[in-house]
Amino acid sequence: MTHIMPHIALPDGMPGIRGAMAFRPETAKPLNELVEVLLCGPHSLTPGERELIATYVSSLNDCHYCRSIHGAIAAAHLNGDEDLVKRVKADFQHAAISDKLKALLIVAAKVQKGGKNVTAEDIAHARGKGATDLEIHDTVLIAAAFCMYNRYVDGLGTTQPHDEALYRERGKKVAREGYISVSKTYLPAEAAAH
Amino acid sequence: MAHVALPEGLPGISGGFAFRPETAKPMRELAHILLHEPGSLTPGERELIATYVSSQNDCYFCQTSHGAAAAAHLGGDESVKQVKTDFQTAPVTPKLKALLAIAGKVQRGGKNVTAEDVAHARSLGATDLEIHDTVLIAAAFSMYNRYVDGLGTWQPEDQTMYATMGKHLAEHGYLKPSH
Repeated sequence: MTHIMPHIALPDGMPGIRGAMAFRPETAKPLNELVEVLLCGPHSLTPGERELIATYVSSLNDCHYCRSIHGAIAAAHLNGDEDLVKRVKADFQHAAISDKLKALLIVAAKVQKGGKNVTAEDIAHARGKGATDLEIHDTVLIAAAFCMYNRYVDGLGTTQPHDEALYRERGKKVAREGYISVSKTYLPAEAAAH
Repeated sequence: MAHVALPEGLPGISGGFAFRPETAKPMRELAHILLHEPGSLTPGERELIATYVSSQNDCYFCQTSHGAAAAAHLGGDESVKQVKTDFQTAPVTPKLKALLAIAGKVQRGGKNVTAEDVAHARSLGATDLEIHDTVLIAAAFSMYNRYVDGLGTWQPEDQTMYATMGKHLAEHGYLKPSH
């Protein structure tokens, strides 16, 4: 891959969103807190399921860094099943996931294109498969939030390595420790939140 | 009817925030830092970026409430209207026009931003921090707008309500509910 310079002077050696967060620790704090609640907090959807939603939306937005790292975190939560992650990205209707998650991925894809695309029928369908209001809310917000994270990462022209092993190792670490905890390695203490 | 059972009587994003306080907290804090805290771009200029992106995303609640906040900061809504219809002719600085061009690219997708767009903004005096925050404001409103519309929130058309909300936001920022 051609190395492309970031659009602004981001710290060296920190790929993707990490360079941007280190550049602006003040905004990194709420960005990390939001992703922590959405993807790691206690929930009726497993962390693996929520990471699959994040991975799928990042894939639709064609953000290499986000779909690779969240795909790796999803796989780490799902017993290392990288094939399942690939299947969700390519054709989730034929992936070995629950019907409820398939219905939520439909909602997520509508949000990715624009919030108004979500219909009462999409919601009724998800509810028919057992989705709760909180699960629907969080699916909409995960999809919306990754439309932000993806644009942030690509819009600054961050460096995005193409080394799968790097994402795999990082994915295991984030799955184990969570976003706020790993952010302490690249943010000043006061920005690494509570 | 909203798609999920949001608390009654709270317009737009306030309904989503009241439904899920755990996610509301960082979302409020992010908006507060990006739009309200001191910066080299004035709060009015930053609200114009938020309004423009929300307008491009066709989110009625966000473009109206942030348009009202921008108008409250700027002492009138003339530049708000013109930024939404054609920012190149709006009474704003050439630097802000260059940043709005970047914001418009981010709204369509981050990869659309080119080295030329950034060099142009820099030649008109934009700093790295201003470029960073412009990209993040545009990205963040690509989230807020989808959240507000994707939940099917209640978006009243009462202009008096938005004017009151805009004044409150301009004065107090985003950390606490304005209702």
